[in-house]
Amino acid sequence: MTSMSDLFSILIMQGFNGLSSFCVLLLMALGLAIIFGQMGVINMAHGEFLTIGAYTTFVLSEVSQRWAHWMQGSYFIVAVAVSFVIAAAVGLLVEHLMIRHLYRRPLDTLLATWGLSLIMQQIFRSTFGAKEVSATLPDWLMGSVQPTPTIDIPINGLLMMGLTLLMTMIVFIGLFKTRWGVWVRATTQNRIMAGAAGINTRKIDRYAFGLGCGLAGMAGAAFTTIGSTGPTSGSMYIVDTFLVVVFGGAQSLIGCIASAFSIAQAQSTAEFFLTGSTAKVLTLLTVIVILMLRPQGLFSIRVRR
Amino acid sequence: MGNRQYTYRSKLFSALSAACALGIATAAVAADYPTAKVNTTGLAVTDTEVTVGQLHSATGTMAISETGSIQAERLAIDQINASGGILGRKIKIIQEDGASDWPTFAEKAKKLLISDKVATVFGCWTSASRKAVLPVFEKENGLLYYPTFYEGLEQSKNVFYTGQEATQQILAGLDWLVKEKKAKTFFLIGSDYIWPRTSNKIARKHIENVLKGTVVGEEYYPLGHTQFGSLINKIKLKKPDAIYAIVVGGSNVSFYKQLKAAGVTSAKQTLLTISVTEDELLGIGGENMVGFYAAMKYFQSLDNPNNKKFVEAFKAKYGAKSVIGDVTQAGYLGPWLWKAAVEKAGSFDVDKVVAASPNIELKTAPEGYVKLHPNHHLWSKLRIGQVELNGQFKVLYESGLIEPNPFPKGYQ
Repeated sequence: MTSMSDLFSILIMQGFNGLSSFCVLLLMALGLAIIFGQMGVINMAHGEFLTIGAYTTFVLSEVSQRWAHWMQGSYFIVAVAVSFVIAAAVGLLVEHLMIRHLYRRPLDTLLATWGLSLIMQQIFRSTFGAKEVSATLPDWLMGSVQPTPTIDIPINGLLMMGLTLLMTMIVFIGLFKTRWGVWVRATTQNRIMAGAAGINTRKIDRYAFGLGCGLAGMAGAAFTTIGSTGPTSGSMYIVDTFLVVVFGGAQSLIGCIASAFSIAQAQSTAEFFLTGSTAKVLTLLTVIVILMLRPQGLFSIRVRR
Repeated sequence: MGNRQYTYRSKLFSALSAACALGIATAAVAADYPTAKVNTTGLAVTDTEVTVGQLHSATGTMAISETGSIQAERLAIDQINASGGILGRKIKIIQEDGASDWPTFAEKAKKLLISDKVATVFGCWTSASRKAVLPVFEKENGLLYYPTFYEGLEQSKNVFYTGQEATQQILAGLDWLVKEKKAKTFFLIGSDYIWPRTSNKIARKHIENVLKGTVVGEEYYPLGHTQFGSLINKIKLKKPDAIYAIVVGGSNVSFYKQLKAAGVTSAKQTLLTISVTEDELLGIGGENMVGFYAAMKYFQSLDNPNNKKFVEAFKAKYGAKSVIGDVTQAGYLGPWLWKAAVEKAGSFDVDKVVAASPNIELKTAPEGYVKLHPNHHLWSKLRIGQVELNGQFKVLYESGLIEPNPFPKGYQ
């Protein structure tokens, strides 16, 4: 039978679980928050940029298995960084070839990026095969910390938290403490005025899109510790990602964090006391009701248009 | 004439069964089977060729699973052609892509049956796609060989089910858990759609009514769900003797990786799944599931001469790294079962093939001996395999031949 101390352990682990799903949601949403929130581009291919990160991790894992055994324990850290670079590079390319022709036509970007996501999925399938693959993760990453015999804290959850903290800080410092951040915010708030003030808005757009994609790639690499790596793996996250961004208020990073936190906590608590499917329905219903009352999302920046 | 053909045919049959046992195929001469005779319903059969359809998802979400079936069916057809074809005719394949989309499956099924006039179709994977094409096959009187283990509760004149129906896969596995692992309490987990729900319903009835055990939890998560932390905590709270898991798709990977990271490993917990084959293990990684059990009729590691030959041929055709799961093997049986039925009927006509099918035996099946039941499902064995580090299973248990029972009484 379960004793009081067992119940206490479960409580601790459930609390940690809520926090780690918060981190997962935030990791996914950060990149999109920049692209959607700052630039107004509805990027349906966001999930595929996650997948780029996941496959990058897989490739590096294979490389370290075959040729660089000394890297087996540490390749994962490298993979996170490389994923950022590759996904950002692909993002810049996509921006140059497609997105920049479609600014201020949000519905067209929706359709175009959805098409892009299908194309990317098929490219993954042709390159890596239709079957899922799995990166061999270092053992230290897949274990758990046991502060007491009945409490297991997953190490990959801790890693996810660290990474979330790091990325959020980078984005915040980037947006609010640097000149580049001022330009981005100015462009978001009033593109024409920003241009008149001498800001190269085209360039800002390009880099913001690249950064958003890079963050997605990084998240994708981190998600190999908790999820699958296949051609359509990224698309499993896309709905939740949009949910977080829209619920939080499209243009607010604080909103994005608050939204990820509340959705994760609601979901994780409901899952524990109800069943998985009911929890999902309940969470979505709550979000819909709140969005009906507050269409602008939890937080919004007041701008005179 | 009729007499001569009769004796020839019976001779052919004794030769055929002997050849089957030896693993050598017999070539029939097309001239002995004039097209006008073996094809009275206008199928795509010529003097030298018979056209069949292949209908799987080569693109989209389901391509992950269906690729293996496509490959296995092709391998079987190539082997049949290499040994002389069917009734002296080579098999030609028209492959259509269901693209993981159920209405597309129905449309392509119509195309194959109505404009291509294929003699049979090997195809479908998910129950949803099978349900979508079923009315088409029944209306056009087509023939479908379906490879996936599934929830049962279906039987059609036009479909042969070469995978196991639910009771074949579930009951013996639970019996084993109780007998070998002394399990009394069970936690049932599934993805939220028809197959896991129906299967767990059968499992619950068997646990409660026959095995006198207790189900301490039953949980479903939407397809594509990626966060299993709360579920894992619930498992820790309930402390079941055994977890019975039917999670599918990408969720599968999340589920096992998160179980491992939360310290729920085979050292502490017994887990039996009916939804993880060698194919899924590629994505999950053997190291993330090592020591857990799966209940299937086929494992790639089965140690018998038929299977050795099959695995060798498969790897020669598709690469040394390719793996073979339960459904892939069931896909391989389709063309061979059809061949046996056509040869027994001496005709490609759908009605005659269906009439000839009951009690057809296949001694060359990689899974061992199988026999087609009049209810269009296969008699087959159940095996329990334990996951090993390299992504293969170690076979621990093998049942006797189990009669298929797609409409189990007392389990609905």
